[in-house]
Amino acid sequence: MTVEITVDGEPVAGTDGQTVAAVLLASGRLSWRTTRSGAPRGVFCGIGACFDCLLTVNGVPDVRACLRRAADGDEIRTQSRADA
Amino acid sequence: MTRVVVVGAGPAGLAAAAHAVRAGADVTLLDQSAAPGGQFHRLPPGAPHGFEAILSRCSWWPESTVWAVAGKRLHVLRGPADGAGRERHVLEPDALVLATGAHDRTLPFPGWQLPGVYTAGAAQALAKGERVAVGRRVVVAGAGPFLLPVAESLLAVGARVLAVLEANPASTVRKGWSWRDARKAGELARYAAALARHRVPYHLGRAVVEARGDDRVRAVVTARLRADWSVVPGTERTYEADAVCVGHGFAPRPELAVAAGCALDGGFVRVGDDQRTSVPGVFAAGELTGIGGAVAAAAEGAVAGCAAAGGVPGRALLRERDRLRGFAARLAAAHPVGAAWPGWLREDTIVCRCEETTAGELTRAARDPAAPGPHALKLGTRAGLGPCQGRLCGAAVSALCGTAERHHRPIAQPIRLGELAEVKENDA
Repeated sequence: MTVEITVDGEPVAGTDGQTVAAVLLASGRLSWRTTRSGAPRGVFCGIGACFDCLLTVNGVPDVRACLRRAADGDEIRTQSRADA
Repeated sequence: MTRVVVVGAGPAGLAAAAHAVRAGADVTLLDQSAAPGGQFHRLPPGAPHGFEAILSRCSWWPESTVWAVAGKRLHVLRGPADGAGRERHVLEPDALVLATGAHDRTLPFPGWQLPGVYTAGAAQALAKGERVAVGRRVVVAGAGPFLLPVAESLLAVGARVLAVLEANPASTVRKGWSWRDARKAGELARYAAALARHRVPYHLGRAVVEARGDDRVRAVVTARLRADWSVVPGTERTYEADAVCVGHGFAPRPELAVAAGCALDGGFVRVGDDQRTSVPGVFAAGELTGIGGAVAAAAEGAVAGCAAAGGVPGRALLRERDRLRGFAARLAAAHPVGAAWPGWLREDTIVCRCEETTAGELTRAARDPAAPGPHALKLGTRAGLGPCQGRLCGAAVSALCGTAERHHRPIAQPIRLGELAEVKENDA
């Protein structure tokens, strides 16, 4: 079973039940957010404590990618601190 | 019938729910995840978890986040993590068991903010729960026996583990482990054998002191440490690696307990003989009360669940809990955090990841007589004011600045203003 999502418009496939973070990491993406200084960030703690992996899911910003299960058709947008 | 709410469905919470049900209570079990088991019992998506029997005997609320607590009154959001339009509920049980667990404690070092640096727990969660390897060439480092199962999980998903590094020297580690822990030692020997099969070196008295790279980790610098974790000059070694997984023990997640008014001891929730906190009707179990692993957490949960339901925990149950607590204390002695770790830091090393506050900014601010105290320090440097609210940097900032770490976060988990404004809370 696979899920299909888009990341900044690009199609990405993952396994059903995987978190958004896992789908992104498995597709070779390591970072999807930039800090105020412009530094790249992705997963750090993996369990919802650090908020480094925030991204936008279906227009809703600041979703922790490590906690959110990917659903078929999810539109993922990477984000910077300025978007928030 | 006594209504008991258990927050957290890890080893402690599941045991609490089972024993509260057995003692005749009406139990509601909440967890932020979609599946029970917590961080310990992580399974790949869709795998049967084996807790069906317990869940069928209580009200099981997956994907439920407690965002605020007042006494025993819980404010809960139900729905996908950080989503908009989640359902709001209020629960007001007769007794509350908090089993919110812990996250990795990770000390800062130059480059720890680079993509490719993970906590040991993140590597474990991604390997066990998602079948994803965080890198192809990985260094695992820090303190404590947890590093061994992390390395094993990485091997199982096809990563090459270049080395596992325990920061404490053999002389310190030996102090904690004893014949009394034979069963646990046997478990560790199995992990060690798995590492040996894959020719993964395990070094004591060595740590990661720097991650190098521009956009991501490309290399990892390790060094030999003295017993106090000061670096022995000239012992640096560089590995070409695309990931490094670091954990220096664990930090409890006490937000809900603090909000409920429970007293803490050294950051852990203070509990009495039957896991009762300082607040009537509120119990705590598992890593919240001390870091002891899944078996100790389950023993505490069993006692807490029984007591919360109004039962009297049996003597054998209490004895087993005490024995496992003793193990936790010895483990802490075997794998302490050395006081000289700030020696790894440079002026420009980031300490607060969210606000990118550096070690130099923090130590300068701490010395400034014009802005005394932790409040001024926070406002002046912004350390701890970002989205994680000091969860990750709190202990490090406190150690560097000589201040006390605070755990009071009135909003324990994020709630969107729209959710707060629009939806009326309803009793479930």
